[in-house]
Amino acid sequence: MLKQIEGSHAMAEAIALCRPEVICAYPITPQTHIVEGLGELVKEGSLVDCEYINVESEFAALSVAIGASAAGARAYTATASQGLLFMAEAVYNASGLGLPIVMTLGNRAIGAPINIWNDHSDAMSMRDSGWLQLFAETNQEAVDLHIQAFRIAEELSMPVMVCVDGFILTHAMERIDIPDQTAVDAYLPPYDPVQVLDPASPISIGAMVGPEAFTEVRFLAHYKQMQALRLIPEFAGEFARQFGRNSGGLLRAYRTEDAELLVVAMGSICGTIKDTIDEMRDDGIRVGLVTIVSFRPFPVDALRNALAGAKDVVVIEKSVAVGMGGQLADNIGAAIRNLTRAPRLHSAVAGLGGRSITRASLHHLFRQAAVQPWEGTHFLDLNEKVVGREIHRKRKNRRSGPTAENILRQLAIATGLPAAE
Amino acid sequence: MSNPITTIAPEEAVQKLKYYQKGTFTVGNRLVAEADRSVQASRDRSNALTCGHRACQGCGEALGARYAIDAAMRATNNNLIAVNATGCLEVFTTPYPETSWQLPWLHSLFGNAAAVATGVAAAMRVKRRSDIRVVAQGGDGGTTDIGFQCLSGMFERNDDVLYICYDNEGYMNTGVQRSSATPPTARTATTAAVGPEPGNVFGTGKSVPRIAVAHNIPYVATATVADLHDLERKVTKAMSVRGARYIQIDVPCPLGWGAASHDTIRVARLAVECGFYPIFEAEHGRVTQVRKIRRQVPVIDYLKLQRRFAHLFKEGQEDPRVVRLQAICDANIAEYGLIDAVDEDE
Ligand SMILES: Cc1ncc(C[n+]2csc(CCOP(=O)(O)OP(=O)(O)O)c2C)c(N)n1
Ligand code: SF4
Ligand SMILES: [Mg+2]
Repeated sequence: MLKQIEGSHAMAEAIALCRPEVICAYPITPQTHIVEGLGELVKEGSLVDCEYINVESEFAALSVAIGASAAGARAYTATASQGLLFMAEAVYNASGLGLPIVMTLGNRAIGAPINIWNDHSDAMSMRDSGWLQLFAETNQEAVDLHIQAFRIAEELSMPVMVCVDGFILTHAMERIDIPDQTAVDAYLPPYDPVQVLDPASPISIGAMVGPEAFTEVRFLAHYKQMQALRLIPEFAGEFARQFGRNSGGLLRAYRTEDAELLVVAMGSICGTIKDTIDEMRDDGIRVGLVTIVSFRPFPVDALRNALAGAKDVVVIEKSVAVGMGGQLADNIGAAIRNLTRAPRLHSAVAGLGGRSITRASLHHLFRQAAVQPWEGTHFLDLNEKVVGREIHRKRKNRRSGPTAENILRQLAIATGLPAAE
Repeated sequence: MSNPITTIAPEEAVQKLKYYQKGTFTVGNRLVAEADRSVQASRDRSNALTCGHRACQGCGEALGARYAIDAAMRATNNNLIAVNATGCLEVFTTPYPETSWQLPWLHSLFGNAAAVATGVAAAMRVKRRSDIRVVAQGGDGGTTDIGFQCLSGMFERNDDVLYICYDNEGYMNTGVQRSSATPPTARTATTAAVGPEPGNVFGTGKSVPRIAVAHNIPYVATATVADLHDLERKVTKAMSVRGARYIQIDVPCPLGWGAASHDTIRVARLAVECGFYPIFEAEHGRVTQVRKIRRQVPVIDYLKLQRRFAHLFKEGQEDPRVVRLQAICDANIAEYGLIDAVDEDE
């Protein structure tokens, strides 16, 4: 059914359609509206046979989900940013135990400095935790990915994180098609656990594993993600047949045929990139976009195929591994490194902490890649003046004070506002 | 009830007791009238924690866990799931492919046992299997320190979980470090017996049983391996109640406390009899029962059996801080009314 609805509420409705049995809620912007929506659905009685638990922290949220999942219940939680870090130990534990929990991540920057706006630092911090990570481009896709996520998670018995851009998706009012219950029931069978705590046949789960078996356990976790490379497109295909629209999959190509320049990105920014590409195409520039939906497992083969024909690849990502560069660019570099005629790779970091990524900046960036390629990581729209002054200050004065506050003071002075001393 | 000697089918989930403790009270018990026998003497008793685990000799935690979980299994007709925090109990019971547990058992992390148990209980409720009950268990470190937030959350929500803390007054699994349950003056690896005030300092630490009582949860109790019947009774009582429940058991650790393996029960009994470890029950925020001290002993009797307090008695000289430890005992006795006032006229 088509609805004019906030992204978070649409996701809440989609999650409810998946009949979760235990939902753990803890507030953190920009994810909060999702669990609030679910709480309302449980309280008003439209989501039945569901335990909605207001926990005392994200660490508890995921821990409760771990217990519920191990006891055979379909478990769901959601978080963002600091919340994901606060539950980090349990994030690894859930995947290590092979529990098919689904979690929404309302992507948000990580502090300090504290920042509630969107980027992908939180998702990247857990990229190696063993969870599958799927990135939604639109709210429609966010809705659809949640339904697919439960299917994938339970088929593999591995947890799945659905990553949705904070505010840009979570808080946007849009027209979204919410599937009906019978269709979701037909797509998603009831949870049939591969391991369960059951007094009728007692097992011990969570024993210590030493060097004699740890490698094998980890290998099998990796193997499951390799299986997911096959399952994700398969379930996306099934979804398309049943619901009549394409959502999910490993990656998507946009105007890539004949492209010399390919852009690679994840999440909601792909909309702006497509508009930019359309304009550049109008100018006769052969440019296309590869949208990565599945960051974990990383679709190495699909990417190699998609990128093989290009001369230049621009990776644009909302995260930076400080001291190294962009994680996505790094992963793509690894994927294409042994191609015989590997494209040149250009890495750009953009949209950190919610900074707008404009078409004008993208135009400039994409055009430069071919004519004036850069080495290392480019920080899109970096205010070099401010950075230069701060570096200078620090050099001059040992007790130069806190960086973030210094920069804010500079900006205040530049805009003529009174600045605290 | 008869006690036929039966052979045990391997697929049986609950292993029957083996009579290998020759010459102990347990065996002697079988000679008394059936009605008077300890449940430990019954061939039909469950055995949650089977032999073969890797605990040190005389480990109070192993003993406490076996009796507590056995009692909980009996009370629930074996419809019980256990969640375990990281710690000695977790490590010594599951040297996989061997496991000592005869009930479904899950170890997740060090600090989240209470929350994981909440999740299990929620799953049982949603599956309409509330007849299946949940215990969470952890050491004092996993309970009073790193797991405290999850524990308080579970209490506050009044989730249907019995949390059992095996209190051996330190982080034993990592080599005997100080926890917030370590008593003053005790030597641990992080409160060395050196300097002007050797051992753990005064004025720190916390009483989680009292904090549990402050949550107004249905049931809180302290117990000791020195009185296993009392422990069994408390666990049974706890299982007859719904909601959040907390039992903390004093479980001497021969290794960490520097006590002889054969002295575990003795040390535990002295802890009670000197007033160091008050044994009480509380319901809905009120203390309802205390275990009276029959014959008060000076705290020195308790301290002297343990090398973690040896520095208090160096070269025949008694550390003046012993007086302060005695004061703690006296305060406990006064606060909980552990000794009945003697009527002069009697
Ligand atoms: C997050 C985390 N921090 C530290 C540890 C290391 N650790 C494992 S067991 C343990 C000590 C357990 O002490 P306690 O809970 O008192 O149980 P005991 O071993 O004394 O029975 C510690 C510190 C860990 N496993 N996880
Ligand atoms: S170290 Fe202490 S608690 Fe751990 S197994 Fe040995 S006696 Fe038991
Ligand atoms: Mg301990």
